[in-house]
Amino acid sequence: MKQLLLGAEAIALGALDAGISGVYAYPGTPSTEITEYIQKNKGDCEQPVHSTWSVNEKTAYEAALGMSYAGRRSLVCMKHVGLNVAADAFINSAITGVNGGLVVAVADDPSMHSSQNEQDSRVYGKFAMVPVIEPASQQELYDAVRYAFDFSESIKLPVLLRLTTRLAHSRAGVESAVSAVSRIQKTLNALYAPERFVLMPHNARRQYNNLLGMQDKLEEDSENSWLNRLLPGTGTIGVLAFGIAFNYVMEVREAFGLDYPVLKVGHYPLPRKKIDALFNSCDTILVAEEGYPVYEELLRGYFGNTHIKGRLDGTLPRAGELNADSVALALGLAKKEVIPVPAIMVNRPPELCKGCGHRDLYEALNTVMSSHEQHHVFSDIGCYTLGALAPYNAIHTCVDMGASITMAKGAADAGLRPAVAVIGDSTFTHSGMTGLLDAINDHSPLTVIIADNDTTAMTGGQNSSANGSRLLDICRGLGVEDAHLRAIIPLKSHLAENIAVLMEEISWEGVSVVIAQRECIETAARKKRNPAAKA
Amino acid sequence: MQINIILAGVGGQGILTIAAVIDHAALQSGLTVRQAEVHGMSQRGGAVQSHLRISDREIYSDLIAEGTANLILSVEPLEALRYLPFLAPDGRIVTSTDSFINMEGYPTMEQIFDELHRTNHPVLVNAAELAREAGSIRTSNMVMLGAAAPFIGIAAETLEASIEKLFQAKGADIAAMNIRAFRTGQALSQLQATPT
Ligand SMILES: Cc1ncc(C[n+]2csc(CCOP(=O)(O)OP(=O)(O)O)c2C)c(N)n1
Repeated sequence: MKQLLLGAEAIALGALDAGISGVYAYPGTPSTEITEYIQKNKGDCEQPVHSTWSVNEKTAYEAALGMSYAGRRSLVCMKHVGLNVAADAFINSAITGVNGGLVVAVADDPSMHSSQNEQDSRVYGKFAMVPVIEPASQQELYDAVRYAFDFSESIKLPVLLRLTTRLAHSRAGVESAVSAVSRIQKTLNALYAPERFVLMPHNARRQYNNLLGMQDKLEEDSENSWLNRLLPGTGTIGVLAFGIAFNYVMEVREAFGLDYPVLKVGHYPLPRKKIDALFNSCDTILVAEEGYPVYEELLRGYFGNTHIKGRLDGTLPRAGELNADSVALALGLAKKEVIPVPAIMVNRPPELCKGCGHRDLYEALNTVMSSHEQHHVFSDIGCYTLGALAPYNAIHTCVDMGASITMAKGAADAGLRPAVAVIGDSTFTHSGMTGLLDAINDHSPLTVIIADNDTTAMTGGQNSSANGSRLLDICRGLGVEDAHLRAIIPLKSHLAENIAVLMEEISWEGVSVVIAQRECIETAARKKRNPAAKA
Repeated sequence: MQINIILAGVGGQGILTIAAVIDHAALQSGLTVRQAEVHGMSQRGGAVQSHLRISDREIYSDLIAEGTANLILSVEPLEALRYLPFLAPDGRIVTSTDSFINMEGYPTMEQIFDELHRTNHPVLVNAAELAREAGSIRTSNMVMLGAAAPFIGIAAETLEASIEKLFQAKGADIAAMNIRAFRTGQALSQLQATPT
């Protein structure tokens, strides 16, 4: 019987069935559910599977690489911007190559449902010169993950599995091929190969040449991949559909009873012969990509091939997710008359939960900042980012994880007073600690407020890497003076006290850290409902 | 057979419980299901929606095309209107009349009802009140599912069996209460719905 699984869960099940010994990840929408599914279901396996959260994507990637070095299969998962954090490890692991199968599942977020940008991870795959797999359905995801582990082991390279929000967060029936008890992990077999893994220039040059030498074979593998297939058809227009763009193209083809040929691509590098065949049989090609027009640009070339339509000439929208409607328009079908959204409609933006401690923190902080002429607050990514919206309008930057502290430091160096940063506990351990060390070494006048709600709330309440007294210890260890390392409780009843503490620390000309400690009301409620479950 | 349903509400109202029941019932009926949901940022009190598609054939797109939704099932009246461009010309709206106001500029109920009544025989449900009668305000999602049941293309008994299955872990009385809520919604819908 089929199980109804999110695309993210289909990846997880595929990886468990492929016999992974561990998943390494840092949460990030829409990739989080991959690791959560493994955490919930790994008990079915006979052998242990590592699945605790990593501090950030770079540590996750490197641990996964180490597991592969030791001969066993590992999965590493992250959202698209997480690959920026792990990029150094990722690119270099293509030079060393791998031992046990290593699959990197990266979930992109076109239309930016929960992200700062809509960068396309396929570019990273091309950059690292490793194969990229981009399945179009939940079942294909399941099958492709198992395939990717075998493939990774056979070519000794990491394989990038790219998906987007729509597939990650959509459910469909998935048939599994392996029963939990018959999952087989690889045995420990650490590779002694310093000539591959010590990337000093003399080794790196040789390894890089090997990687270059493999590219023809990787193209040949794409040519024969089950993820790349031509659906024959008639007419002068052909469609080159990448990843889940295939679904929209097929939806339109069926709904309107059309018969154009479609080349579905879900395995890169490009299968050149298949592409040539499509281009030779059609006058016009619509290139449909879910993400950046990466391959459209390549196929179009610098001088522009006028037979190619896509995102770059406005046939499809330049930004955002595709859907059946945009694809239908691109294929020249007339736009349907639809009922418009009524004029009385108003937006309903997300907000901090009623009773959330971040609200009380911002109430105190706003009072303090309003007494200063300059009231810029540098902040970061998490639930507390919602403090940028009304009624608080309390924070004024959110760029990338960890940037609050370092941007406040730079602004302080430029002469801005006061320089204030607000960062969550999980974001602080992800990449805020190193920036704090910079500030301490430079004696930059800066106040860092850590909003410690004991969890990674925005992504659904995963364990953070350090909370409570451990956060205080970390700050002390980095060199924050005891007198300027303060803890407050963000509750209405503590408002006056909290204002006083923040006022003192913000006016002190040195590095100070104020940790606002109060558990997230969502995780607290969850623990109450289900005391056995660890948050 | 192909049914496209947009489930609408506000983050935290639990539209995914409704989706889970329909998904389960559809699979039990041997149908194909695709159900796209929203996780992440907007779950914090923002507008949320789920595209649910059921068919006896292969389904390609996880998203419903504009003008092709057979049903908009909303647990909040303003949210029902947000997705109007998706509604098919003969599609139906089934919505709760319990408003959830957490932003500026929320229209008057009169304005909302005017817009709802422009659509094809909307079914308007005082879900909270009916849920309380069934035993708990927490069953209001099952009241709404009951009210929408005639438009889902799955037998009511199958939907009830799925409610039973999904709530049984919480105890037999909770499951029974949710089925009671489902039937209350169904009865109201039969009273209101003019066949098309
Ligand atoms: C590089 C990167 N990885 C992951 C994410 C996804 N993400 C956004 S906020 C967040 C965690 C926030 O946790 P915390 O700092 O504790 O704040 P809270 O939400 O608990 O208030 C994560 C993991 C991201 N935006 N960027």
